[in-house]
Parts: sequence; C-alpha cells; structure tokens
Amino acid sequence: MTTDRSKRNKLFLEKKLEEKIERRTFLKGLATGLGLALFSPEKTANALSFDEFWQKHYKELTPEDKKRIFERIEKQTLERHHTEVKISDHRPMDGVEFVYCLNLSKCNGNRKCVEACQKENNTDRSFSYIKVLEMENGGFNLEKGTTHYLGPVPKEGKFYLPVQCNQCDNPPCVKACPVAATWKEKDGIVVIDYDWCIGCRYCQAACPYEARHFNFRTPEIPENEINPDQGYLSNRIRPRGVVEKCTFCLHRTRVGKLPACLEACPTGARKFGNILDPESDVAKIIKNERVFVLKEELNTLPRFYYFFS
Amino acid sequence: MKNYLIYWQRMVACSLKGSVWYRLWLLFLTAFVLWGAFNYYHHLKYGLITTNMSDAVSWGIGIANFVFFVGIAATAVILVFPAYIFKREDLKSVVIIGELLAFIAIMMCLLFIFTDIGHPERFWHLLPVIGRLNIPNSLLAWDVIVFNVYLVLNLHIPGYLLYQKYRGKPAKKIFYLPLTWISIFFAISIHTVTAFLLVGLGARYFWNTSILAPRFLISAFASGPALLIIIFLVLSHFTTLKIQSSIIDYLRKVMMVTLPVNLFLFLCEFFKEIYPNTLHAASAQYLFFGLDGHNMLTKWIWSAVFMNCVATVLILIPKWSKQNKILIACCVLTIVGIWIEKGMGLIFPGFIPTPLGEIVEYSPNLGEIAVSLGVTALGALIFTLMTKAAVWVLTDKLAHNVPPQ
Repeated sequence: MTTDRSKRNKLFLEKKLEEKIERRTFLKGLATGLGLALFSPEKTANALSFDEFWQKHYKELTPEDKKRIFERIEKQTLERHHTEVKISDHRPMDGVEFVYCLNLSKCNGNRKCVEACQKENNTDRSFSYIKVLEMENGGFNLEKGTTHYLGPVPKEGKFYLPVQCNQCDNPPCVKACPVAATWKEKDGIVVIDYDWCIGCRYCQAACPYEARHFNFRTPEIPENEINPDQGYLSNRIRPRGVVEKCTFCLHRTRVGKLPACLEACPTGARKFGNILDPESDVAKIIKNERVFVLKEELNTLPRFYYFFS
Repeated sequence: MKNYLIYWQRMVACSLKGSVWYRLWLLFLTAFVLWGAFNYYHHLKYGLITTNMSDAVSWGIGIANFVFFVGIAATAVILVFPAYIFKREDLKSVVIIGELLAFIAIMMCLLFIFTDIGHPERFWHLLPVIGRLNIPNSLLAWDVIVFNVYLVLNLHIPGYLLYQKYRGKPAKKIFYLPLTWISIFFAISIHTVTAFLLVGLGARYFWNTSILAPRFLISAFASGPALLIIIFLVLSHFTTLKIQSSIIDYLRKVMMVTLPVNLFLFLCEFFKEIYPNTLHAASAQYLFFGLDGHNMLTKWIWSAVFMNCVATVLILIPKWSKQNKILIACCVLTIVGIWIEKGMGLIFPGFIPTPLGEIVEYSPNLGEIAVSLGVTALGALIFTLMTKAAVWVLTDKLAHNVPPQ
C-alpha cells in the first residue's frame, strides 16, 4: 500500500511539473499564432487538443493512430484520476458469438453483480449497467417490478429479474445513431466509440431495455477503486456527455475470461459462453431448457436469454 | 460583388433603425438571448447535469420545442403552394415573409438540437465526407439532411427575390421557381421525417403510431397559419406593407379546415390508446389521467384540448372569426394549445413510464427554460431584423436607386 501511494505521489509530482512546461509551450504557441500552436510538435495535453477535436471514427484509425490515442488517454487518466491504467483494444475472436443465459430460479436479488459491474467498468456510482427488478410472483408485467427494493433478499412472494444490455442481433440503438458511433461487432457485442458519440441520446430513446446511460456529469469514481485494465471500446473512463452501456466485459471475455457480473454472482444463476461451441454451457441451456427473451415481439433478437430451472 | 455587399450593408443599417418602440423590442429580445446564452454556458461548463433530464426522460423541453418549431417551418408551404401552383397574386406579395419565417424556424430547430446534445463541438461528425452520417438507417441522419436542404432553399429563394427587387430587375424564373417546387416537397419532408424519427422507435409505444406524421402536418397547418395571421396583422399595423384582406381570409379558411381535423385526429389517437386499455397505453394513461398517482401533465394536456376546442369553435363561426380581435384570440389559443399538445404532451409521456416500467416525471428547470427562451428570442430577433429589411425592399423604400436616408 505504502509503495503504491508513494509511487502515485511521485507520478503526480512529475505530472504537475510537466503540466507547467506544457502550459507555457501552449501559451507561446498561441502567441505565435493558432496554426503554430496546433501543429507544434509539443502539444498540450490539457483542454481539447487539435488531435482530440479531429479524432477520427474508431473504424478509420490506423494502428499508429490507436497507439497515440491510447497513450494520450492513459496520460489523461493519470492526470485526472491519478491512476496508471492500460488501454487495450481486443478484437473479436473468429468463430465466437457470445450469449448470456440467466436462471431466474436461482437469482435471489442480492445485487452482487451490480456492485461488481460498477467496479469492473469504472462507472459513475450513481447507476449501474445492470438493473435488478423485484417482481411480484404471479405475473411478468415489468411495470409491477421495482429496482428500488431494500432489506434482506429473497423476499417472500417475489422473484428477481436482472436486466442489462441484451446485445441484440437486430439492435434498434445502432439503427438510431445518426453518426454511426455505435455498432455491432462480429462476436455480437454492441459497442460505442465514446470519442465519436455526439451525445444526442436518440439511442437511449430507441433501446427497449433501458440499457443505455448518458453521462450527464463527469463520472465520479473513487480513485482507489479504478480498474486499470481498460478497453478502448468498453470500460475506459468515459468522458462527460456521451452514452455508455454493458459490453459483456469485452476486455475480459475476448481474452477468455468471464464477465465480472458472472464471477461475482454467488448463486450460479449466470452462464456465459460461445453459442457456436456446442459443448458450451449456453449452447446446452438453449438446447435443453425452455428459454425466453425480454420483449420478443419487438424482434430485437437479444443475446440475453432467461430461463427457470 | 461590391454592389451586393453594399446591399447587405444597407439592409443591416435599415434593420437596426426604427422607432423607440422598435428598438425597445430589439433590446427586450436581446436580453432574453443573453439570459439564454448565460445558461447555455452553464450547460457547457458543468454538463447536462444542470438540467432536469435523466436516463429515464432523456429528452426534455429542448426537443419538445424542436418538434413544435419544425411545424412552424413547414408552414411556409401554406403560402408557397397556392402562390406558385394556383398563381394567387395576392399571396405572392407576402410569400417571402413566409419563407423567411421557415428559415428562422429551421435555424431555431437546429439550435434547439445543438444546445441539447452532450458534445456540440463534435457537430462535424454529422457532415458529409469528413463526418460519418448513418444513412440510410438513422432517421436522425435523414433529419439532418432534409433540414439543411430546406434551410438553404429558404435562404436562397427570398434572398434572390429580394435582391432582384432591390436592383429593380425582374426575377428570372429559372433561378427560383424550380427550387420553390422542391421546397414544397422538403417542407412536407422535414415534418414527416421528424415524425418518423419518433414513430420508428418500436420500444416507445406512445410514439409508435402511424397517425403521428399526419397529425404533425395537420397541427402544423393550424399553428403555422395562426402565427402568420398574427405576423401579418402586426406588419400591416406597424409598417406600410399592404396586407390584402384576402390573405388573412385565406389563412383563416385554412384554419377552418385544419383545426377541426386536428381535433378529429386527436380523438382517433385518444380512442385507440384509451379504449382497448392495453399495457401499451401506459404513457397515454399517464398523460391524460395520471398513472399511480403521478399526473404532472394531465392539467397541461386538458388545458391544451380546451384551448384547441375553443379555437375551433371561434374559427368555425365566420361572424366571429372575421373580427380581427377574436381572430387574434383564436390564433393565440391555437398556438399555445398546439405547442403544449405537440411539445410536452408528445415528447415527455413517450418516456413515462420507462421501458422497464419505472415512472420518473420531468419538468424543465429555470436553466432549461432560459435556454429555450433564448433560442426563441434569438429566432424572433433575427426574424424581426430580416422582416424589417424585407418590408423596406418590398415597399421600394430600400432600392439601388433610392439614396440612403
């Protein structure tokens, strides 16, 4: 712990010194004309740089662009959150399509998944990608459910329905986005380029599962809880004014790990895997159990299945 | 080129001159613009957390006003169509005012969106070639296209006609007539695409209804003429521009058709939602009667219905609606009624309850109201200035051979 802190202090000091120099360079640049400032080799890391303003869409970035951008984000995270992080960019694997299955007979509403998700994904602590609805036995009307339940769980006469991004195969949010800042990847995960999103929130209106969150404020994350393993398209700390959502923890799952919510679940209700692999848990569940999806009539073709078993 | 710059210089000079009341009016509007700008600065500095919007109700008063003013923009067609297709000469003399109004309304719509998004500095992502417009999938992308085309058309057509008038030269049909016909198509398009933007969301049952586009157009053709009547009456009172009574009469007759039809379409929608009483009608239940004790919008929507009903009765009795005072009252009721019905009565309940059944109510805070008022005031300000110059050109007070006063 102590070494950690001294290391952080040292970095912070170094950063402050660096910042001073940069600011001076920037002012000088401004004085010698905007053009010079914008194209000068020593660019400022503060405010919105030329590079950030004109940053291209993720799909148009070259490997060199990515390297430069990731370095910049790492540097900014160090400055703003005093934490050393690593930005990764794991691409979908061939022959893999992810699917989530959730056993509603097992889920008891303990919300460990919610907590784990917040920490894993560096989200503002005022919300979570996962909403757990406490539902009345005897019906499936979502309007009768509530996310604001308190006290020990499970309660008599209730069952619990966790809802997160369904990673639809026919995603209404992707169709809605006017600037194509969100798209479906080969392994079925719907991602967002946070640096391309204009923050119009049309995708939020389009989503039938309330999966999307808009950063009305700069995300507030306790500094000692920042997860340093960050994916560019998933859990890196989001800027203010953009939309975010669950990405099936792609920075974990694309390297063979399980999503954080699944690992945190003490009941074993959650199953995750590759639907193209007939030996996987999810393939067996879909084959053998009576599974269903939420709001099937909307034809969004979710990759998130529920079952009672 | 030099002459053109002089023409602009003279227009600007003319638009700023006027009586004390005129200048006070400009000052009054400017105050609201500044108040709005100050509040928008707050939005920029601290993020949209300064508003009352939330993940549940993610669009607020900005989008509500946007939808209303799209209707105002589409209204120009009410003048353009008969003027150029049926060759009504009386309307031709004022069609420019209608086109300027359309231009201003579109500009306001774009500002309502611009002030509402999280990253306005990324607007260039919407531009062709350098940006990445999601065509043909996104209705919002289509909206961007039709809006900008309509904006340019409504800037070019009155701009060209006024300049020719200023120079004392006849306007060449080839330079404006084909574009005018295209603008009729785009006037319908902007409102249809905006309706489709909402209709296309399968997740929002309240908006996902085929009657929305026709309702949008009909309500636009009621609120638009109402606003035009007020503008024309003001112009004929304060300026030397002659507004023939046949023009007011024509607009009144348009409203005699659209106001009752608007009520009828409202009734169709109301019946379809409320009578079957399915779970999909939760938003309508919330809007009209309240849901689980939440009823913030009910008083608004019923006062809107009341205003529309009164306006309909007033307009349908010629003995009354031919009196200017009653006509103005009727127009004001129409504008306010449709503003409520189409703005907050349509946008807010679309989000309530949320897709997972939670009820989060929304009403704008002072900052949001200030930004919306600021945008409206900016529109009114620019419209005033442009109309002032346009009226002077139309009445030959501002022309190339008339020396500056």
